[in-house]
Amino acid sequence: MDWERFFSLTVDGATRGSVYALIALGFSMVYGILKLLNFAHGDVFMVGGFIGWGVIGALGGATSPVVPAWAVIVLMVVAAMVGCSLLGVTLERFAYRPLRQAPRIAPLISALGASFFLQNSVLLLFGADFKQYETIDLAGGALYLQGIDWGAFHISLVRIVVIAVAIAMMVALSGLVYRTQLGKAMRATAYDREAAAMMGIDVDRVIMAAFFVGSALAGAAGVLVGLFTGSVNHFMGFNFGLKAFTAAVVGGIGSIPGAMLGGLVIGFAEAYAAYIDPSLRWRDLLVFSLLVLVMIFRPSGLLGRPEIQKV
Amino acid sequence: MAEGERQRTIPRIGVDEWVATVEERVERGLAGRAREAWGRVPAGVKLASLVVVPALVPLLTQDDYLLQVAIDTVVFMLLAVGLNVAVGFAGLLDLGYVAFFGFGAYTYAMFASDHTGLHFQAPLVLLIVAVTGTALGFLVGLPSWRLVGDYLAIVTLFFLQIFSTILVNGDRLQLPFLEKEIAKLDGGLTRGPNGISNLDPMNWLGWKLTSLTQYFYLALIAFALALVALHSLNNSRIGRAWRALREEPLAAELMGMPVNWLKLLAFATGSVIAALTGTIFAAEQGAVFPSSVDVTVLITLYAMVILGGAGDLAGVAIGAIVISVALEALRTPSNASWVFYIALALTLPALVRPWRWQLVALLVGATVGFGFAVRAIVEAAWPAGTGGRPLGEASIDDWVSSWVLLQRNATPEVPTALGKTAFVALIVAVLGLTVLKGRRRLVALVPTLYLAACVWENVLVPQSAVTRYIILGALLVGMMAARPQGLLGKTRVEIV
Repeated sequence: MDWERFFSLTVDGATRGSVYALIALGFSMVYGILKLLNFAHGDVFMVGGFIGWGVIGALGGATSPVVPAWAVIVLMVVAAMVGCSLLGVTLERFAYRPLRQAPRIAPLISALGASFFLQNSVLLLFGADFKQYETIDLAGGALYLQGIDWGAFHISLVRIVVIAVAIAMMVALSGLVYRTQLGKAMRATAYDREAAAMMGIDVDRVIMAAFFVGSALAGAAGVLVGLFTGSVNHFMGFNFGLKAFTAAVVGGIGSIPGAMLGGLVIGFAEAYAAYIDPSLRWRDLLVFSLLVLVMIFRPSGLLGRPEIQKV
Repeated sequence: MAEGERQRTIPRIGVDEWVATVEERVERGLAGRAREAWGRVPAGVKLASLVVVPALVPLLTQDDYLLQVAIDTVVFMLLAVGLNVAVGFAGLLDLGYVAFFGFGAYTYAMFASDHTGLHFQAPLVLLIVAVTGTALGFLVGLPSWRLVGDYLAIVTLFFLQIFSTILVNGDRLQLPFLEKEIAKLDGGLTRGPNGISNLDPMNWLGWKLTSLTQYFYLALIAFALALVALHSLNNSRIGRAWRALREEPLAAELMGMPVNWLKLLAFATGSVIAALTGTIFAAEQGAVFPSSVDVTVLITLYAMVILGGAGDLAGVAIGAIVISVALEALRTPSNASWVFYIALALTLPALVRPWRWQLVALLVGATVGFGFAVRAIVEAAWPAGTGGRPLGEASIDDWVSSWVLLQRNATPEVPTALGKTAFVALIVAVLGLTVLKGRRRLVALVPTLYLAACVWENVLVPQSAVTRYIILGALLVGMMAARPQGLLGKTRVEIV
């Protein structure tokens, strides 16, 4: 067995997986509370990538930024989180809230329209070309050249940064959901919205918070993807969104640890798919087949509870 | 107004809420009256006129371009009524619908072209497509057997992704037992992104369809058959069961309805219509491409179904006509201006509530005046902001260019700074408008309308390829928020 290749694929899987997990968390939180498939979530993630690109441009480009390299990355992530959380809340307020009492299919169609609108608006405003992050030039190439070397194995700094940021976000989210009053309200609302409302929980506020937090994570993920792939474009939201959604379903939609686990499963599956299909042309197909299998044999996902329908 | 307000706030004991609020649901104004008149027309008359009126098109014109547009429109009408089965009748979100269209088209390419060397006759190919399309429709729906709710939508979306991956990468695809045959084909099974061209014209027992007029009538006959079939299906036991499923799946199941079968049946019915339409379209075009199996096409179809009113066959077909023709008109800049002002003239009366024609006139006057004032100020402060020329040649453009702000633009492919800023401002303004009520909303409408006109001329007309899709996306969100039942659909009774 080629251990070097195995190791590099594992690192790739972990990087992708942690990004999928970040996006999947937003899907899962919203689905858990509203039972809504937020198709526009992938496009919120894409907007995050564009905000990061805007910030790095405003700071003087990757070759000669006006602030140190670490500050550039921090600013990009923070700006994308702030911008995306506002976008997410706006979406919720104008595209989904009017449809709270509508038939189930209505918000889904609205989400589909919102996704299409966002994607094409970004295309209109910024054009179709790939927006280069040029992270290779940041701090003299340190992000790629430096890192952890252990014999033949090498993890570049950029991947360490991506994985570390993703883990930090997930730890912070777990803290929010399991340790705070708001988190308790979120869990209660997800469990039973009507009962939560009767207990005095402001359900609208909780839903808004879910969109706020979920979109912030997606925005951060957008910047992280820009960092390790080197560029962003207006249609990346669709593909990443779909994979992240797969991750959320595989892990058990509505479950927060499930979304994290599902993200890693999809990331590793995608990375190790290189063993079966070196051309990578059928990789997406493998991932989606995995999803269909999970849905047939374990519809509630790996960590999800089987849903009991109440009348 | 005040009376209505009071009725809403004071609950009347002993009156069912739905009955008590009947006044609110009565629609007034021009739009309401038109809709009421439309509702009185018998369904048979509506559906018959949808076939008879288009049938006159080839008698009026023999222009190739117009005939092509007419064929595309009929194809869209067919696809829209097919999608309506799952979305409108049964209330299921079918996101894999377009794959079946591509399936029918590629099947025709496989059985009637030089690519494989097979030259089957049209009835045989249509039969093959109908049988395999039904089977595939059931197969795709099958995972949903164990799944509740929205998972079906996801499975179908993945099916679309898988199908388009196969089409694009089909030049490297190998099938078991057929290795030798596929190896002989030029460019593999599907020829990948290049698509398959030089398909046979449809051969009906020796009679070959070659002219656009013939294909137009073929598509129209198919549409008529689909309408008859769907109309009778909708008024049958199955149609009623679908409606029950749409309104409350759990209750339908408790009533003993075979919910899973009903879902699969709705899927398969729509799939067959899409697949057969794909076959006709492929034969007419003489070529198939993987790009026709696209989320963009899917969204366009959804916009058609939603605009007309999901569940209402005539409404959906009219929605398809409106959107298909409008999308075509937006391609040429001089028509694009007209589309905007016509759409504005049609929607303005609906935006003004309570409806009075004086108010509408006042609004139009105020907007025109506001525009000239803003333009005068900008011209003095920033001459470049008014130096542009519209792209169109129509008479309306001269008038428009002396009214809107239009930045000079050397490269029409890239939106101007003014255009981009105005576009973002317009989104904010429209969102803000939905929050305002009463008189404030009317006042805010004036600058918003002017802003919309500026955005249209600066960004949307020059970038019509992207604009078409932005409008479709906005249409879906807007329709869902304002009129989920569509322009012509009936208000659904919601009892919670």
